[in-house]
Amino acid sequence: MDALLLHRIHFGFTITFHYIFPQLTMGLALLIVVLKTIAWRRNDEMYNQAARFWAKIFGINFVMGVVTGIPMEFQFGTNWSHFSRVTGGVIGQPLAMEGVFSFFLESAFLGLFLFGEKRLSASAHWASAVMVWLGSWISGFFIIVTDAWMQHPVAYRMGQNGTFEITSFWKLLTNPWALLQYPHNMCATVITGAFVMSAVGAFYLLERRNEEFGRIFLKVGVIAGVISCIVIIFPTGDLHGKYVAKTQPASMAAMEGLFHTEKGAGIVLMGQPNEEKQTLDNPLVVNNVLSFLIYGTTSAEVTGLDKFPKDQWPAPLPLLYYGYHIMAGLGTYFVVVMGLAAFLLWRGKLYTTRWILWPLMLSFPLPYIATTAGWMTAEIGRQPWVVYQLMRTSEGYSHHVSASNALFTLLGFAGLYTVLGILFVVLIYREIAHGPAHMKKFEEGLHTVSGA
Amino acid sequence: MMGTIWFWIVGAMLTAYVVLDGFDIGVGALHLLLARTEDEKRLVLRSIGPVWDGNEVWLIAGGGTLYFAFPLVYAASFSGFYLPLMIVLWLLILRGLSIELRGHIGMGVWRAFFDGLFALSSVLLAVFYGAALANVIRGVPLEADSYFFLPLWTNWRVGPSPGILDWYTVTGGVLALIALAVHGAAYLAVKTIGDLQQRARRTISVLWIPLIAITALSLIATMAIRPQTLDNYKAFPIAFLIPAGVIASLIALLLFSRRGNDRRAFTASCVYLALMMIGAAAGLYPALLPSIIDPKDDLTIARSITGHHAQAVGLAWWTFGIALAIMYFVIIYRMFRGKVDLESEGY
Ligand code: HDD
Ligand code: HEM
Ligand code: HEM
Repeated sequence: MDALLLHRIHFGFTITFHYIFPQLTMGLALLIVVLKTIAWRRNDEMYNQAARFWAKIFGINFVMGVVTGIPMEFQFGTNWSHFSRVTGGVIGQPLAMEGVFSFFLESAFLGLFLFGEKRLSASAHWASAVMVWLGSWISGFFIIVTDAWMQHPVAYRMGQNGTFEITSFWKLLTNPWALLQYPHNMCATVITGAFVMSAVGAFYLLERRNEEFGRIFLKVGVIAGVISCIVIIFPTGDLHGKYVAKTQPASMAAMEGLFHTEKGAGIVLMGQPNEEKQTLDNPLVVNNVLSFLIYGTTSAEVTGLDKFPKDQWPAPLPLLYYGYHIMAGLGTYFVVVMGLAAFLLWRGKLYTTRWILWPLMLSFPLPYIATTAGWMTAEIGRQPWVVYQLMRTSEGYSHHVSASNALFTLLGFAGLYTVLGILFVVLIYREIAHGPAHMKKFEEGLHTVSGA
Repeated sequence: MMGTIWFWIVGAMLTAYVVLDGFDIGVGALHLLLARTEDEKRLVLRSIGPVWDGNEVWLIAGGGTLYFAFPLVYAASFSGFYLPLMIVLWLLILRGLSIELRGHIGMGVWRAFFDGLFALSSVLLAVFYGAALANVIRGVPLEADSYFFLPLWTNWRVGPSPGILDWYTVTGGVLALIALAVHGAAYLAVKTIGDLQQRARRTISVLWIPLIAITALSLIATMAIRPQTLDNYKAFPIAFLIPAGVIASLIALLLFSRRGNDRRAFTASCVYLALMMIGAAAGLYPALLPSIIDPKDDLTIARSITGHHAQAVGLAWWTFGIALAIMYFVIIYRMFRGKVDLESEGY
C-alpha cells in the first residue's frame, strides 16, 4: 500500500476512535451539571445520587478519552510532519491553547469532582462539576478552530520558506466556519449524552430495577434530547450546510450526489452514486428541494461535480455521500423518537409506554454513528486538500516515514484499541448492572465503591 | 530575543513535566518492589491518583507549545523519532489504563495483571525518556531538508549513522530510570507512614550511590561525545553553578532523607531533576535539535521560530493560561496534601 493512504488511514482510524469518548464526555458533562444543579437547588439527594452514578461512567469514559487523545497530539508531527511544518505557525496556536487552557482545567477539576465530594461543600462540589464541563467544551472549541482553519483558511499569509504565518489571532478564533461548526458539533455531543442517559433509564424501567433512577434519567435525557435534536437540524445544520455550499461547492455536490449542475436541483433521499457513469443508481429524489434549502428559492442553480476537474473531486466519493446521508437520515429519526418521547413525558405516560421505551433503550449507538458519519463528511469533503485549496493532502504526510513503518504502528494501534474497546464495554456494563442504588453505601461511609 | 524566551518556555514546560510526572512514573517503577499487601498497593495508587493525569498534561501542553513556537523542530523531531514515540504513546496508554482500571474489578488476577502492567510501563517510559533526551543532546543526522529518520538501533556506537539506542543514549535511559525511581521514593516517603515509608527511605539510600555514579558518568560522556556543550558554559562561567547545584542537591537529598525530613528530601530531588534539565538546555542553546553531521544544519531558534504575530500574541495568552494552570495545581495539591489513607474516596 502506498504511504499516503496508510498515513490517512492511520490518522482517520485513531481520531475516529478517540472521538467516540470525548463526545460522551462533553455531552454528559453538561447533563451532570444539570443533575447537580437540581440536586443543589432542591436539596434532593436522589439527584445527587444520580449524578454520582453518571460521574462513575464519566470517569471511565474520560480515561479512555485521555489515553486515546495523547496520540492525536503527537500524530500531527509523527505522521503529518510536512503539514505541521507548513501550518504550525497558524494552527499550532489553537492546539497549544487547548492544552494550556482546557486540559489543565479538566484534569485538575475532575480529580476534585470524583474524589473530593466529602472534602468539599455542596456548592464547591457543584462548582467543580461546572469547571469540568467548561474545560471539556473549551477543549472542543480549540479543536474545532483548528479543524475549521483546515476547512476554510483565514487570517494567514505566506511567511519565510513557504510556511504560513498567522496575521490575526482574533480572526483565527472567529473563523466563520468554526462559529458554525462549533454549535452544530456541541449539539451532537448533547444528543449522544441524552441518548445514552435515556437508554439507561429505559433499561431500568423495562427491567423493573432502580425505577426511581430510571425516571430521573429519562426525564433529563428526553428533555435535553428533544431540544438538541431540533437545534442540530435547524438552525445549526441548515446554516452549516449553506456555508459548505458557498465555500466548498465540490464537497456539497459530492455530498448530495449531484454530478450535473442543475436549476431546481432535487434532494436525494436514496440512491447509490456511480462514479463511472456519473449517475445515481436507484434514485429517490424530491424535486427542487435542494435549491430551496441552499438558496431559499426552488429554481436556483446548484453547482454539480461536472464544474470541477476530476483531480479536485473529493475521494473516496461514495463514502462522503453515504456519510452525509447517514448523518442526515439519523438526524431525522432522532427528532421523531425524541419528539414522541417528549410528548409522552408531557402527558405523563412516558414511564409506562413500553413501545417508546424499547427504541429509546436500543438507539444509544446511533448518535455515535451519526457523529462519525458527520466527521467523515467534513474530512473527506475537504479532500484532496489538507488545507483547503492551499495544500494538498499528498504533500502533507511524513515522507521520511516509510509505508511499512506506518503500517506497523497502524496495526499496533488497531490491536491496542481493540483491547481498549473491550475493556470499556465490560466496565461500563458493570456500572450499569450495579446501578445507582449501590452507590448509597459509599455515601453512608461504608464505602464499597467497586474499588474497595 | 523573543525566540530565546520561547526556547526557555518550552524548556520550562518539559522540565515541569519531568519533575511532576517524574514522581508518579518513579512510584510506578517501584510499585511491585515497595508495596507488598493489597492495602499498600492501594495506598501507593492513591498517593498519585488525583494528580497523575494533571502531571501528564505538562507533556501535552509542552508538546503543543513546541509545535506552535517551533513548527520546524516539532515536525522534524516527531517524524524522525517515529518508532520510539509510538512506543512511548503505547506505554502511556497502558500506564494510564493500569492506574485507572485496576480498582474497578475485585478479582486478584485482574489486579495483579494491572499492577504488573503499571510497573512495567513505568520502567520502560523512564528509560525511553532518558534515551530521548540523550538523543537530542547527541544530535541526529539532519538532512538538507531538515528531516531525518532514525532506526531503533544500528551498531550501538555514536557515529554518523546512529540509532535511537547506542551506548550513550542507553546510559541516559538508565540514568533516568534511577533518578525517577529515587524521585518516586522521595514522594512516597512524604505521602505514607510506617513500613511503606521505611521502605521508600531505604530505597533512596540504596540507589543513591548508583545515582551519583551514573550522573557523573553521563556528564563526562556528554563532554566526550559533544564538546560543544561546554561552549556556553565557557562563555558564561556562572552556568557552572548548575552542575554544582546538581551535586549539592544530591547530597541534600540523602542527608534530609536520613534525618527523616522527607519533604525537604523530595524538594532536593525536584531541584536535582530541574537542574539536570536546565543544564542540558543551557548546553544546547541556541540549538533545539543539533545535527550530528554538520553544525551548519542544526535546527536553531533563528531557523525554526514561528512568525512575529504568533509569538507576541502567544506570550500574552501563555502567561495568562499558565498562571491559571499553576493556580489549579496549587488548589489540587493543597486539597490532597498530607498522608494518604484508605478512608476517603478513590482507587
Ligand atoms: C448526532 C449527530 C449529528 C446529527 C443528527 C446531524 N449532524 Fe451534521 N454533523 C455532525 C453531527 C450530526 C458532526 C459530527 O458533529 C459534524 C462533523 C463536523 C462538525 O462540526 O459536525 C457534522 C457536520 C455537518 C455538516 C458539515 C459537513 C462539511 O463540513 O462538509 C453539515 C452540512 C451538516 N452536518 C448538516 C447536518 C444536517 C442538515 C443535519 C440534519 C438532519 C445534521 N447535520 C444532523
Ligand atoms: C472527531 C472528529 C474527527 C473525525 C472522526 C475525523 C476523521 C478523519 C478521517 C476519516 C480522516 C481521513 C480522511 C481521508 O484521508 O480521506 C481524517 C483526516 C484528517 N483529519 Fe480528521 N477527523 C476529525 C476531526 C479532526 C480535527 C478536529 C482535526 C484537526 C485538528 C483533524 C485533522 C485531520 C488531518 C490533519 C487529517 C489527515 C489529512 C487528511 O487526510 O486530510 N480531524 N480525519
Ligand atoms: C486531531 C484532533 C485531536 C487532538 C490532537 C486531540 C487531543 C486530545 C488529547 C491530548 C486529550 C487528552 C487530554 C488529557 O490528558 O486530559 C484529548 C481529550 C479530549 N479531547 Fe481530543 N483531540 C482531538 C480531537 C478531538 C475532537 C474533535 C474533540 C471535540 C470536538 C476533542 C475533545 C476532547 C475532549 C473533550 C477531551 C477530554 C478528555 C475526554 O476525552 O474525556 N478532541 N484530546
